[in-house]
Amino acid sequence: MLTIDNLHVSIEGKAILNGINLDVRAGEIHAIMGPNGSGKSTLSSAIAGNENYQVDKGDILFKGENILELAPEERAHRGIFLSFQYPIEIPGITVTNFIKTSINSNLKARGENEMPAKKMLKKIREKAALLEIDSKFLSRSLNEGFSGGEKKRNEIFQMAMLEPSLSILDETDSGLDIDALKIVANGVNKLKSKDNAVIIITHYQRLLDYLIPDYVHVLHEGKIVKSGGKELAHELEEKGYDWIK
Amino acid sequence: MPLTEKLISSFLAFELDIDINSPIHSIRTNAIKKFEELGFPNRKLEDWKYTSLNRILKEDYTVFSKKKNVIDFKEVKNYFIDNIESYKIIFVDGCFDPFLSQISHNGLDICIMSAALNKAKYSKIIKKFFNKSANSEDSLTSLNTAFSKEGAYVHIPKNTILEKPIEIIHFATGSEAALMLQPRNLIIVEENSELEIIERHQSLTVNPIFTNSVTEIFAQKNSNVDYYKIQNDVITSSLVDNTYISQKRNSDVKVHTFSFGGKLTRNNLNFYQKDKSIESTMKGVTIIDYDQLVDHHTLVHHANPNCESHQDYKGIYSGKSTGVFNGKIIVDKIAQKTNAFQQNNNILLDDKSTINSKPQLEIFADDVKCSHGCTIGQLDQDALFYLRARGIPKKDAKALLTYAFANTVLQSVKIPELKHKVKKIIAKKLGVSLGFDL
Repeated sequence: MLTIDNLHVSIEGKAILNGINLDVRAGEIHAIMGPNGSGKSTLSSAIAGNENYQVDKGDILFKGENILELAPEERAHRGIFLSFQYPIEIPGITVTNFIKTSINSNLKARGENEMPAKKMLKKIREKAALLEIDSKFLSRSLNEGFSGGEKKRNEIFQMAMLEPSLSILDETDSGLDIDALKIVANGVNKLKSKDNAVIIITHYQRLLDYLIPDYVHVLHEGKIVKSGGKELAHELEEKGYDWIK
Repeated sequence: MPLTEKLISSFLAFELDIDINSPIHSIRTNAIKKFEELGFPNRKLEDWKYTSLNRILKEDYTVFSKKKNVIDFKEVKNYFIDNIESYKIIFVDGCFDPFLSQISHNGLDICIMSAALNKAKYSKIIKKFFNKSANSEDSLTSLNTAFSKEGAYVHIPKNTILEKPIEIIHFATGSEAALMLQPRNLIIVEENSELEIIERHQSLTVNPIFTNSVTEIFAQKNSNVDYYKIQNDVITSSLVDNTYISQKRNSDVKVHTFSFGGKLTRNNLNFYQKDKSIESTMKGVTIIDYDQLVDHHTLVHHANPNCESHQDYKGIYSGKSTGVFNGKIIVDKIAQKTNAFQQNNNILLDDKSTINSKPQLEIFADDVKCSHGCTIGQLDQDALFYLRARGIPKKDAKALLTYAFANTVLQSVKIPELKHKVKKIIAKKLGVSLGFDL
């Protein structure tokens, strides 16, 4: 589904990623772990198409198509979803209106009709219930005054609504208490199928207790220095990152 | 003939034509003298530094419309708030239109200025309130006072909560090649009473219209007033709107100004706090394009302790449009424990659009909380990426963010149908048609 080949990315002239190779197939969960500053968030931003990140070399193929020249919205239309580490607060637009706009923009781009209001409402209710989100929350301004946990839950709610092929969860576990963490992990697990894939970007192993990865990769100084199965996450938790460098 | 001379020379005929024995005869006479002395304001004056009236004063305005014009409700239905019960005080080319209006004398007065000025039973009220809060040193206000004849007259007695809002609309039909209008409104809300007003100036023509309006509002003890101004006129119309609000103890007055249209719009919004524990709120959304100009000059005079004022103005400027925000706050020495907040945020969408924003604080008390903030910028790039990453195309994302920016000012609008209407206008202005209920 996603093939990253020798990816080099810089921001304002400073090299952050120095040759990333990664292969994610449908049905898989990959965890990318690494210390602060190793380039984890840069990788997620580059896949989602943030224009502040300059791709200097390499390719990103999604479902066989090179997506480097595509705008962020075009990548979203093809089924890429990024759960933001720091979701942006947007006063003046409600969660509901935002998600409706998002869904209909995606449908329109794929040449499909807008979702009828009734169906939309039903889906919103269903997915909100999955993530144990109060309906009052949906009529609030997007992320404005939300707690860290509410923001992250709202991201996964959007993921549930959009049903992407590839979800990148960028530090989704940070700011979540254990109960919220379980709710979010449970939500992602329920959305998981043989047709979609998830990349979990995290510093810690604790989310991986609930969301079990097929592969774990360790990122250090902009390169994947070690890959393995889920047991690698436990090893990192015990020994820290120093032994890997 | 230049407009100034035309106005001065018409004054005698004007007074003869109406009623020389009017209780406000001497007020009118003094006012025309003041205008004669001051003339129209020019850019040499600090308060008019960024706004020149020259481009609207050159037209040959008819100062009194000769014909009485009738318009059909169907033609103007759109300018009323939909699905709402309201009182209506409607003027066409400066004259009261009884067919479009719905006035009341049922234990209160929701009617017209000409009646209040001419009928003996109102003379006591007129003496007490007329021109008592308006600034008689201001040239345009004086000009309006001199020619004051028609407008809305609203008097809400004690302990009355008006169950439906009042819509005041001034239509211009274009029966004259160019027309000057000078509506004069007087609104008195007695103790423990509540009132909502929606006001609009709307030209139905491309012929130039210049409106110089004066509204005096007296909010007595414990009263609540919500005043909404919809300024979405055609590009050939200009408006100078002078509003003077005099507040008594525990009163709460909010003015929302939605400025989306017109060639030149100047709002002089003045609050005078005449007693303790008063709240004054000013909110504004300005969205303009082309070479439109909107100028907000606000004044809050905190003259007593324990009062508050809140100002929140947002502006979005495209094309070669110009915005002005000048917020003056005076806190007298005795006005301790004053809270005065002022915020003016602006987005410039084009290189050629301009905003001049200036807080003007004169604080003579020492135990006060005053803050002011002004921002001028473009859209937040991180927010733009967030929306785009959710599949919303760049153009729509920009429009949506701009909409969201303006939308925050609407939270305090109490009439849902009005809020909906304004949101619709904003969405249309910004090209937001994203298929959801605004």
